[in-house]
Amino acid sequence: MIDLLGTHYNYLVFVALVGIGLYGVTASTNLVKKIIGLNVFQVGIFLFFVTSGYVDGAAPPVVGHGSGPYASPLPHVLILTAIVVGVSLTAVALALVVRIYDAYGTLDEEAIREVQLND
Amino acid sequence: MTDAIALLVVVPIVLALAPIAFGRLWNRTGWLAAFAASFAHLGLSLAVAATVFTTGRFTYAVGNYRPPFGIELVADGVSATLALLVSVVTVAVVVYARRAGPDTNEFYSGLLLLTAGISGVFVTGDLFNLYVFIEITGLATYALVATGRSPAAALSSLKYLLVGTIGASLYLLGVGYLYISTGTLNMADLAATIPEVGYDSPLILTGFGLIVVGLAVKAALFPLHTWQPDAYADSPDSVTAYISALVSTAAAYALFRVIYAVFTPAFDAATPFALDALVILASVSVVVGSVLAVLQSDIKRMLAYSSVAQFGLIVAGFAVANTTAVTGGLIHLVGHAIMKAGLFVGVGALAGVAGGYTVDDFAGLADRAPVTSAAFAVLAFALVGVPPAVGFAGKWHIVLGAVEGGRWGVAGVAIVSTLLTLAYFARVVERMYFRDAPAELAADADRAADGALASDGGSGPTDETDGGSGPSDGGDDDASVAPGESAISIEARAIVVVAAVGAVVLGLFASDLVSVFEPVLEVYFQ
Repeated sequence: MIDLLGTHYNYLVFVALVGIGLYGVTASTNLVKKIIGLNVFQVGIFLFFVTSGYVDGAAPPVVGHGSGPYASPLPHVLILTAIVVGVSLTAVALALVVRIYDAYGTLDEEAIREVQLND
Repeated sequence: MTDAIALLVVVPIVLALAPIAFGRLWNRTGWLAAFAASFAHLGLSLAVAATVFTTGRFTYAVGNYRPPFGIELVADGVSATLALLVSVVTVAVVVYARRAGPDTNEFYSGLLLLTAGISGVFVTGDLFNLYVFIEITGLATYALVATGRSPAAALSSLKYLLVGTIGASLYLLGVGYLYISTGTLNMADLAATIPEVGYDSPLILTGFGLIVVGLAVKAALFPLHTWQPDAYADSPDSVTAYISALVSTAAAYALFRVIYAVFTPAFDAATPFALDALVILASVSVVVGSVLAVLQSDIKRMLAYSSVAQFGLIVAGFAVANTTAVTGGLIHLVGHAIMKAGLFVGVGALAGVAGGYTVDDFAGLADRAPVTSAAFAVLAFALVGVPPAVGFAGKWHIVLGAVEGGRWGVAGVAIVSTLLTLAYFARVVERMYFRDAPAELAADADRAADGALASDGGSGPTDETDGGSGPSDGGDDDASVAPGESAISIEARAIVVVAAVGAVVLGLFASDLVSVFEPVLEVYFQ
């Protein structure tokens, strides 16, 4: 068990981040905190990809940089794309938050529900 | 003409920039760009379809990188048909939006991005590329939902964004699991390497589960549908028509590709519980979605819950895993898109005449707007599954396939859902044809009671304001009785009628659709 903690701590961090992120999205009533939770959740998944491409003591897969084993660059490239997607999502989400705050004067889900019921 | 398949994605993305770049100079840039892009898209998808129907399946290596390493686009009978569907719906919505709004440059940019994303989902042959296209589709949809004027639209959009992103991220995580166990992302290559890893490998099974749950969120299967009714009800009518026709369709199509192109029926044979679970999820979705639809008083919400049920039926068809049922699922996928788009355009148009979106507002509409009402009724009965419409062809194949595969549960659920679909549409059609317009105070009082009742069922605040209007508003209602068919734009009328005719004609030619889809499926079921 301790061995596992020592050698696979990166995967444990991935699980922790995904769990914390999901908890943040579901448990918080504040819309901005939900978006932060969503970001933490996504970062957990990014970490999973990035860490899976890393091999201990491996060389970068570039000609003239030592001999194998080589680390795989593909997961890193994939995650660059996924990070761009994540940033765009955050931008859209924050733009929506601005509009919601203008309309309701609050970012608390419960308070917004009350305002909607009173209308 | 194999380049046409890449242009299906490139053309709308490039033209989506035009309204942003030139919108300030000339206000109509947006509509013109969208109009040009939709017809260019139609031409390209016809070219792709012509190539597929004459020479069969073809692939395209993006950037000339050899497929297992580079990204591959694939055109076969299914993706060509769905690309054609995207073009037709886009043309219709662009024509409709000019009069019905939101007729702004930003709207058309978003619409073209959405077109590109959905086309990408339909043609890609790479799992990670599929993720990117699903997210482009998602981002554009969130923006389009938020074009609704009300603050509730922004809230629905944010809710959709949170749920949709978690769904897409779960899909990405599933793809990651498959990637680290096989080392490839190409669908055809995965189909060959997954058996080498072993179908019972925990990584493969978890990957399958994560991908299916992620896509089920996007396709809005119960209980992952919570974003969908709000998003449909709070969007402008043209947006609802577009996303109801295509966005969930793209997710269901992705599910079809993952189950058959990546995991193949051999996976089903090796681990039957994986698809059993999907059958149960889909069947529950059919029943609960239909029951929730019956409970709605707002017609847009009713149609939204109806989509939850219909997508349950489509996914159930996919999960039965024999050629007949999967063909049925695909036919219903295409048919549902046409019928739902027509129904939402019809509701938007009729609501303008009726003065509201509730079932009671629609009383006596057939006298005031006979053409649109008739087309709406035809579409409603087509979705119920009255022959010869396409709704019947899809459900018939699903039931037939379920019986062939010994899945009596799915067959039973499909028949129950038909009855429930009839229940919620008959309610609307009966009011349109056999009730008088709600001009009198008595009708108003009735409506107030109904509105109060409906708000318990979770319908929006619109009902309450409607119900609370009371006698003082009676004069207003009298005035709003006056507009008839002429209040509905010629475009909207044409689209609803074309959709109704299309649903019936497609039903008559259902055997041709079967012959288009079957060669694709035969490859998977060898």
